[in-house]
Amino acid sequence: MTVFVIRRLMQSMAVLLVTAFVVFLGVYAIGDPVEMLISPDASPAERAQVIASLGLDQPLWQQFFTFAWNAIHGDLGRSFVFNRPTISLIFERLPATLELTFTALVIALAIGIPLGLISGLKPNSKTDEAIMTGSILGFSLPSFWQGMMLIMIFSVWLGWLPSTGRGELGSFLGLQSSLFSIDGLTHLILPAVNLCLFKLALVIRLTRTGVRETMPLDFVKFARAKGISERRIVFVHVLKNILIPLITVIGMELGSMLAFAVVTETIFAWPGIGKLLIDSIMRLDRPVVVAYLLVIVSLFILINFVVDILYSLIDPRVRLGDAQ
Amino acid sequence: MTDPVLEVTNLSTHFPTRAGVIKAVDGVSFTVARRQIVGLVGESGSGKSITGFSILGLVDPPGHVASGSIRFNGEELTTKSAKDMRMIRGRRIAMIFQDPMMTLNPVLSIGTQMIETVRAHEKVSYAEARARSRDTLGLVGIASPEERLDAYPHQFSGGMRQRVAIAISLLHRPDLIIADEPTTALDVTIQSQILFEIKRLAQEFGMSLIWISHDLGVVATLAERVMVMYAGRIVEAGPVEDVLTYPAHPYTVGLMNAVPAAVPRGEPLRPIPGMAPSPLSRPLGCAFRDRCARATEICATEPAIALANAREWRCFHPHSWRAA
Amino acid sequence: MSILASLRREDTLTGRLTMGILRSPKALVATLICLLLFATALAGPWLTPQNPYDLATLDILDAKLPPGEQSMSGLTFWLGTDGQGRDMLSAMVYGLRTSLGVGVFSGLVALMVGTVLGLVAAYFGGRIDTIIMRIVDLMLGLPTILVALMLLALLGQGVWKVIFALILVQWATFARAVRSAALVEKNKDYVEAAVTLGIGTPRILFGHLLPNCLPPLIVIGMLQVANAISAEATLSFLGIGLPITEPSLGLLIANGYQVLMSGEYWISVYPGLLLLLLVFSINMTGDRCREILNPRLGER
Repeated sequence: MTVFVIRRLMQSMAVLLVTAFVVFLGVYAIGDPVEMLISPDASPAERAQVIASLGLDQPLWQQFFTFAWNAIHGDLGRSFVFNRPTISLIFERLPATLELTFTALVIALAIGIPLGLISGLKPNSKTDEAIMTGSILGFSLPSFWQGMMLIMIFSVWLGWLPSTGRGELGSFLGLQSSLFSIDGLTHLILPAVNLCLFKLALVIRLTRTGVRETMPLDFVKFARAKGISERRIVFVHVLKNILIPLITVIGMELGSMLAFAVVTETIFAWPGIGKLLIDSIMRLDRPVVVAYLLVIVSLFILINFVVDILYSLIDPRVRLGDAQ
Repeated sequence: MTDPVLEVTNLSTHFPTRAGVIKAVDGVSFTVARRQIVGLVGESGSGKSITGFSILGLVDPPGHVASGSIRFNGEELTTKSAKDMRMIRGRRIAMIFQDPMMTLNPVLSIGTQMIETVRAHEKVSYAEARARSRDTLGLVGIASPEERLDAYPHQFSGGMRQRVAIAISLLHRPDLIIADEPTTALDVTIQSQILFEIKRLAQEFGMSLIWISHDLGVVATLAERVMVMYAGRIVEAGPVEDVLTYPAHPYTVGLMNAVPAAVPRGEPLRPIPGMAPSPLSRPLGCAFRDRCARATEICATEPAIALANAREWRCFHPHSWRAA
Repeated sequence: MSILASLRREDTLTGRLTMGILRSPKALVATLICLLLFATALAGPWLTPQNPYDLATLDILDAKLPPGEQSMSGLTFWLGTDGQGRDMLSAMVYGLRTSLGVGVFSGLVALMVGTVLGLVAAYFGGRIDTIIMRIVDLMLGLPTILVALMLLALLGQGVWKVIFALILVQWATFARAVRSAALVEKNKDYVEAAVTLGIGTPRILFGHLLPNCLPPLIVIGMLQVANAISAEATLSFLGIGLPITEPSLGLLIANGYQVLMSGEYWISVYPGLLLLLLVFSINMTGDRCREILNPRLGER
């Protein structure tokens, strides 16, 4: 386990370093870094000062070294729109994005697994056909348009739910979140539904395939021969086997949900890092874009790490540390 | 003589398919006496495993018992509800499967899979169920059973897994165990160990045993009575020694000539010519006649069951037989 | 007649697909809709009542008319007009052309790039395989939308830039599928026989390995085109995809977003429905093809 953690940490550092280098090359070396990093209305004096402070007269490798050194110390530059450290801008908004992603994931699992089970246990039935067609529809609905339709129906026409913002934050165990206040929850519903729909379709399909592959296996028949109830067979024997591929894919998809939050946050004006990213791209606030990327990649690494640990908890055949 | 444990009369199990109905088991009758070990022999596809599953009520849909009766301890099983059948499975009739690598759920510990079997049929505490599981594990020759309860299937060898499966089948001291080729997937050295282990336990607990196998040799060392199945029917049955010494049905003769141990040294093995008929288009009359050297015109009609000295066969032209 | 006959043969790929689709009413409808949309996109300029990007035909007085209203010149706007008095129906047909064009083109190029790289990886194995597959894993590990977003943020807007970004995020899926299909095939005796007979590498790659990779390629190809159309629409909606001069369905929907709250729903609802119909029918067809070509799940 310790060996695994250490090896994993080293891998993560390598990935981060590579990412940082690619991002650095992309943003700092392609095009004119001065133009990218200094707001257009800066005075010549300011320009000269920034160029000197960034060490742009230095060779490329030295520039990268400085950039990386600063990054290690938590300094990812300053946003010139907000004139504040990018890292604090991102960490201010990160909870909103995490709470949105987390809620969407929970909804996708809570609805997707049961539907997938129903579908997989009665393959080719009318219910199965309906659920599967529904899941293809879920895949096909363009996320942004689906979000707009949610707003149109539930906010504009029916007036049931608010369409923008995060609402009032509640506090629970020192955590500030929309999850802990009624107003916050009503604000959260539409964005979370919007973000979860695509993953919901995926969870349904994965669960269904898992059920169909597991049900014919001998151990299911053996469990029946032991006189185990059908309910326990499905919910313990089969479900635990399905969770293994499910967790792997969900780990990967959590990353893509974080990224797709960009779209949801834009539509629902949800004050998370996705909206910050789009705003920053529009305003050419490059340091924020760079910082966003590095933070997201770090999150991906963290998620993968958690998934591997979950994996070893659920599948006894996987022993951390034995991996490769 | 007490009542038989199992009385199967005219059992037919059918699988409807697009191309027609497959009669996997086609009018099979036999009885199993208390404490008796019966061998059910036939090549793959002869319907011997389906016979076993039919008794347990575990034929995979769309397959179903089409007609006939299965009386177990005097009770009719074919008309029992799913719930009642579940209470019999694992408690009064247990089954051991062919491939021990597949019969245990890979993600549940041995203990869990044993304890759930105990608790599926008896209202006992967890500790009590665990204690019984541990004792039964010791009974089948597994060292340090207490620790092994927390192990997972992948930590056992094939032979050990089969011992675990046997232990599971013994948990409720059933009246009847159906063993579906439980040694076929194992190494030869381990085969004989398992074979004698099962025989010893069956005698110790006074259980009846139906041993399904394609191997006449295995059945000869184990069973008192043998039944030979071909194309969904029992073509010959009788005390093991009688049948193996003086087989009546040409198919049994053919089977024996194809077994290395039964053929004198230096004589060539004589495989049965031709192939078993397709289950979809079995000829009327004797299904073996196309492969049989003794077949005549009359074989195109249904041969009746001939009975003599506890032996029976379905053939117009039996080899000369007598009691051994 | 011989074409029809070959379509009915179950032993050819096209025959299997045709018969499989004909057997499922749902898939048949989806396929017909697909074909209809393709035809509409191809014939677009000859079908639409007006050229929505010829400023001379637009009249600002026709702006934001609800569906069914008539223009000053007597033209009926069946699906209403947008903020500049453009006939939505015509704009949508033009948008369909752009969306389909970008999606299909980027999908095809990604398919070619991915196929070649996947075949090369499978055939040569060793170091080449490792390098290619590492990159593939990396690409598949990164969220599509994020990569495209970053790339476009760096490159700026433009049709070719969007297409480039879409190819970049798609090729890896093809490469992986082709590689695994080709690996299975490569280990069969006939490939070895072809090698010993001295048949050239390109010939083995494209003449022998490729045909066996076709079934997964067809399925993934369709699903990827659907994805690409969706991704392009999303990027355009976010304002970093296609420029305003090349309005795709995504851009049309984005235009309607601003006025959605004030009740002019048709400006974004109808293009959205068309986009949904397009993506859904391609996905349905692709899903059916997957069922037909994947013998593991069988056909009942």
